[in-house]
Amino acid sequence: MNPLLNVTGVSKSYGDRIGCKDVSFDLYPGEVMGIVGESGSGKSTLLSCLAGHLGPDTGAVNFDTRIAGMRDTITMSEPERRMLSRTDWAFVHQHARDGLRMNVSAGGNVGERLMAVGARHYGEIREQAIDWLSRVEINADRVDDRPSAFSGGMQQRLQIARNLVTGPRLVFMDEPTGGLDVSVQARLLDLLRGLVREMNLSAIIVTHDLAVVRLLADRLMVMKDGHVVETGLTDQVLDDPQHGYTQLLVSSVLQV
Amino acid sequence: MTDYNFAYLDEQTKRMIRRAILKGLAIPGYQVPFASREMPMPYGWGTGGVQVSAAVLTPDDTFKVIDQGADDTTNAVSIRRFFEKTAGVAVTEATVDASVIQTRHRIPEQELRSDQILVYQVPIPEPLRFLEPSEVETRKMHSLEEYGLMHVKLYEDISQHGAIATAYAYPVKVEGRYVMDPSPIPKFDNPKLNMAGIQLFGAGREQRIYAVPPYTDVVSLDFDDYPFEASKADHACDLCGAEDSYLDELIVDDAGGRMFMCSDTDYCAGRRKAGCIGAQGIPYQEDVA
Repeated sequence: MNPLLNVTGVSKSYGDRIGCKDVSFDLYPGEVMGIVGESGSGKSTLLSCLAGHLGPDTGAVNFDTRIAGMRDTITMSEPERRMLSRTDWAFVHQHARDGLRMNVSAGGNVGERLMAVGARHYGEIREQAIDWLSRVEINADRVDDRPSAFSGGMQQRLQIARNLVTGPRLVFMDEPTGGLDVSVQARLLDLLRGLVREMNLSAIIVTHDLAVVRLLADRLMVMKDGHVVETGLTDQVLDDPQHGYTQLLVSSVLQV
Repeated sequence: MTDYNFAYLDEQTKRMIRRAILKGLAIPGYQVPFASREMPMPYGWGTGGVQVSAAVLTPDDTFKVIDQGADDTTNAVSIRRFFEKTAGVAVTEATVDASVIQTRHRIPEQELRSDQILVYQVPIPEPLRFLEPSEVETRKMHSLEEYGLMHVKLYEDISQHGAIATAYAYPVKVEGRYVMDPSPIPKFDNPKLNMAGIQLFGAGREQRIYAVPPYTDVVSLDFDDYPFEASKADHACDLCGAEDSYLDELIVDDAGGRMFMCSDTDYCAGRRKAGCIGAQGIPYQEDVA
């Protein structure tokens, strides 16, 4: 099987400070990879580099495009990259406000990606928007409400619907459950797990919450000070951490 | 004779504006930045249009100014006088006689010829502005032709009002490339954007000039199942009886009485001169409005 995403030697520094250093990995179709680490460990920098929001200093991010096979997304032209990020990629922000248009109705938010790739039939766009709202457990009668009238959990689910409506193959998630209370978090994780399996999505999830990766991720990458210190299957890394920092991380989780 | 340079602006400034106009004509619908000057009027009164008019006027031109279709409102009268004074050009209220027409919010009902120039006053040239506040981002969207967001606005209209409720400044796509704000003209006028005359758009405060060359394809954006419709009040002009012109609605008393009349005063007067009379009209007399 060919990898969907092949990352080799990605480094990004901010002047003298290291963002992330020499990160390489493969991501296969249908696989969910978690990136964990403390604040400032370079997780978000890495994710931004992979998603094309930041240009890395060195390295290559090869993505298996539908048309042309493996392409380096860093050297491809900006229109091509933006097209990818509207179709095959999705990006779920930590704060739903960053990923939503707060002054546009829920239906418009979900429909935006469809219209961006050329949908011009109102009835069909609306039908798909309602279908997706129901898939993320938002009632169809909220389709014309603005996200500002939604609760935090609903906003996050709306953001997910808006991203998945064009049937992407790779989803980047930056702390998707941050800032939500635990019961809402649990439902959101349940939903995400269902969608990932159902749509055979590949995903890269950045989080500092080990419970999230335990539930969602197949594989885990632990970062510290911009370096990857440990990788492996999720259960293996969490149950038998090898690196000192991973051991610290695992033992720092509060027990109820 | 006057102490001002011809048409108020100095020659260097006019040259700079003409360059922007030529660039705008070469790239239909593209917003060309220009170094807008302070004009002796407040922003929002047509400083962009006035600068464009000043740059295209020649001593042989006949100048006409329209404000919301009318030739006799404050804005129209003051701009007309301004160029009468500073350029000494002939002025007219008749659309057919004018070679340069500066307009705010309307396109004349009379079809324009290829030897006429229509200059629009534009308050906000960026059609994506209220959807995307960042200028950097909107420029990128224009350059990469990412116009999906424009349809989000129309989608919102339909979902809230059951129809595309945008009635003025209705977005258009020019020659299959740039999405353009046609300035706040009613959408009734949108089909007329495809015309024989040259159309120049000046936004003074926002420092942008754009243009639509003659016979350029201008398409109003819409949905397959909600096609664009050039709407107007469902009525005939009460003064001249015209059924094909854009109408203003006027409240005439405290009992809910109202009348509709042509927004284009020159068109209406012309029809009345020719003997057409509407439901509340009286036969045309000179010097009677």
